[in-house]
Amino acid sequence: MSHVAPLIIVFPLVGFLLVLVNGRSLSNRLVGAIATGVVGLSFVSSVVVFVLLLHDQSREVTVQLFTWISVDTLHVPAALLVDPLSITMCLFVTGISTLIHLYSTAYMDGEKDFRKFFLYLNLFVFSMLTLVLANNLVLTFVGWEGVGLCSYWLVSFYFDRDSAASAGKKAFIYNRIGDVGLLLAMFLLFLHTHTLTYLGIFSSTSLISPAIATLVVLALLLAATGKSAQIPLFNWLPDAMEGPTPVSALIHAATMVTAGVYLLVRMSPILALSSSGRMSIAIIGGVTAFVAATIATAQKDIKKVLAFSTVSQIGYMVLAVGVGAYGAAIFLMISHAFFKALLFLGSGSVIHSLGGEQDMRKMGGMAKWLPLTFPTFLIGWLTISGVPPFAGFWSKGDVLTNVFAHNKALWVLGVLTAILTAYYMTRLFILTFRGSERFREVTHQHDPHESPLVMTAPLVILAVLSVLGGLLDLPWAHGFSLTHFLSPTFGFVAPIPSQSTVLQTGLAAVDVAAVVIGLFAAFTIWRNTVESSTFERPFFEHVWRWDDAYDATLGRPLARAARVSNDVVEDRIIDAAVEGVGGSVRRSGEGIRKLQAGMVRQYALAMVLGVTVIVVYLVGRAR
Amino acid sequence: MTIPAAWYLILAALLFGVGAFGVVTRRSALIMFMCIELMLNAVNLTFVTFARTMSDIGGQTTVFFVMVVAAAEVTVGLGIVVAVFRRRASTSVDELSELQG
Amino acid sequence: MLALAYAIPDVLVFASAAILILVGAVGVIAMKNPVHSALCLIMCLLGVALAFLAQEADFLAAAEIIVYAGAIVVLFLFVIMFLGVDKSQHPHVEPLIGQRWLAGVGVLVTVAGLITLMASSHWVSGVLSASTNGTALATGSDNITQLGDSVFTTYLLAFEATAGLLIIAVVGAVLLARRERPIDSDDVVEVIDVDVSAWDDLEDVDDVEDVQS
Repeated sequence: MSHVAPLIIVFPLVGFLLVLVNGRSLSNRLVGAIATGVVGLSFVSSVVVFVLLLHDQSREVTVQLFTWISVDTLHVPAALLVDPLSITMCLFVTGISTLIHLYSTAYMDGEKDFRKFFLYLNLFVFSMLTLVLANNLVLTFVGWEGVGLCSYWLVSFYFDRDSAASAGKKAFIYNRIGDVGLLLAMFLLFLHTHTLTYLGIFSSTSLISPAIATLVVLALLLAATGKSAQIPLFNWLPDAMEGPTPVSALIHAATMVTAGVYLLVRMSPILALSSSGRMSIAIIGGVTAFVAATIATAQKDIKKVLAFSTVSQIGYMVLAVGVGAYGAAIFLMISHAFFKALLFLGSGSVIHSLGGEQDMRKMGGMAKWLPLTFPTFLIGWLTISGVPPFAGFWSKGDVLTNVFAHNKALWVLGVLTAILTAYYMTRLFILTFRGSERFREVTHQHDPHESPLVMTAPLVILAVLSVLGGLLDLPWAHGFSLTHFLSPTFGFVAPIPSQSTVLQTGLAAVDVAAVVIGLFAAFTIWRNTVESSTFERPFFEHVWRWDDAYDATLGRPLARAARVSNDVVEDRIIDAAVEGVGGSVRRSGEGIRKLQAGMVRQYALAMVLGVTVIVVYLVGRAR
Repeated sequence: MTIPAAWYLILAALLFGVGAFGVVTRRSALIMFMCIELMLNAVNLTFVTFARTMSDIGGQTTVFFVMVVAAAEVTVGLGIVVAVFRRRASTSVDELSELQG
Repeated sequence: MLALAYAIPDVLVFASAAILILVGAVGVIAMKNPVHSALCLIMCLLGVALAFLAQEADFLAAAEIIVYAGAIVVLFLFVIMFLGVDKSQHPHVEPLIGQRWLAGVGVLVTVAGLITLMASSHWVSGVLSASTNGTALATGSDNITQLGDSVFTTYLLAFEATAGLLIIAVVGAVLLARRERPIDSDDVVEVIDVDVSAWDDLEDVDDVEDVQS
């Protein structure tokens, strides 16, 4: 295993380097093939490692690569930790990345920066896998920063558009704020445990006092809110839709945004030490899920709806983490990766067929023109809405069941969010695929065309996965479920009060009822309507005025402070001091330069007077 | 009894003073050079006086070297004066003030 | 007083040397005409030579007259003649404020200080050479022989260095005094003169004359 595991991260790196070095001499087709191929190989390696791990009794293998940092008591190896959690992440990250790479070769065809796109994409996959497989926080941080950086590049891929450039900056800065949290958590943990490897930290949890544990958990939560787009750092994600659609699918649905959840799950033994910290996580997750869902109801841009639905779904995952249902969180993460990638790629197919139009008001009736995209998207819609027996029903049900066991209020919030989810997804579906054809203006009276096979094939695969994803973790398959497979990784699983089958069935019925309510409401309202001021509240459309609030509380005061320091501190204090020093030197120089009159005889006189002084001194001393 | 050393030393001091005053007050480069010669001779006189007083031939040897150096100095100095005069048509050092600050 | 304390010839010799030196020196700095200054310098140097003689420095006295009064002063006179006697400057007008006044005070204080030092010090004869391994000034021996011995033994290295110094000085003086290839303004003016004479018929000669001036 130690020989295969490094290949998982080496392949994307090799692809990145190949394209980086030979980029100009390779044709676009070859670049696409290399980039897709290396990620595919990475997926194959993951499968091999997974199979090997299944035969490994310890279920926990550390693969040493080399010693990276060794200073005094700080020892950071470059090593991989292969355990059920990391390999599960690897499997779905590489699997979905392969599909998205394949899709991108067609979607990005004809782009002028085609090679650069795959360069970034490969580097992103490498970073993500480093993040997932690292056996210590520092190496994880490297991947953490790597995905943030690639995200910045990919969001501002169309950097000649102002909106894309500023969206990239926004994503990067929000991520940086979260990074501070991760750094703080690392500092605190090293201060108290003197190690940064996961296993080292977990084996010395006794050294961490409850107060410190709460601080660490809150810091990790800050990191997760940044990377996984949770309140209060969630509003970079919708703006990140400025990037090409495959990027939205890859980064902002399937992989990168799950990094925060992954980190929380990875640090579950620390989370176990602080119940108040877990409570904060649960509240953040639940509130984010609800707020983002309300916002998604009022968006007009198809990708914005999906973006907020992503935020909302990740809110569910964080909520699950908060109540200690790590298995449910990972289960939702995986099924979400399937159906959200499917939805994004499907929306990309729609956008592609309409020549780049993203406004749902200018779509409609697309079902007729997209014979492959339509049914797959239909499956995606049903899955995310939570219609049984698709994956979304099982994973969301899993989360909600666990939440119900711990906190009824959050459960109610979760069910409300489920209603909203079904509602806004149905609205999106109807506006896009049903109703009258409103796209003629956009397409200049041409008929929309279905996307090529390399784009639709991933859709079909993802649709199949969305349908079957529920099999991963069926509630009654205890011995063979995902949760069972993952459970050795979780240092602590909050005890779930044993729920009777009746209760579980009842909760599932509530979930179904929520879905039905959402679907029914959406059909009633949107069957014949394109715009509705009643149901598209400006408050929701403008993201609860979140950006405005930041602007008022942070942006403008900071800008004012910057102006003050520029106009007053810089000009009148720093510059004045600097120029004062310079000026005084210059003025004294002006005075002193008169001594250098160029008059030889004056210099001679100075010498004579110098001799006089010496002689006077000698006379004085002789006395 | 011979003339005491102090007399010669006082004489040399006076000569030095006159030379120094000349260097500082006269503007002609030529006269300044002559005044420098006066000062050098004052020093020479001191050396010779001490050589006699101390019964050491080293003092006279030094005077010998001072003469050689003075000769070299005058040679180069007058060369410079000639070269400057070609450009300026003047031997006044006051006009050579390009290097003022 | 003097006559009683010291031998009259000695006092006379010292007095003549002192008068020659001081009068000559004052002459050098007071004369308006550089030629006169140079002649006063000779007088002063003769006085110095006399003082050397009186103090048993025969060779240096001769060298003083031959090298200084002869060669160096002749070089001065040669340069004065070569450049033309520059009488334009007025030695009694001082452009630098306070220069003369400060110089006077400085020099006076210095000389007074030196005299104080000289007069108040007591010089012990013949003690230094023994203590410093110097060559003793033997009264009986020939002064030139002693000096030669000293120069070619104890001070041989310095002597060779002065030889190098003289060579460098000579080469430097030749380089300094050598006239460059004349691309002088005089030549250019002559060329323009020729052109102007050829352009007599042209109307705008004035402009050319402006250039010329």
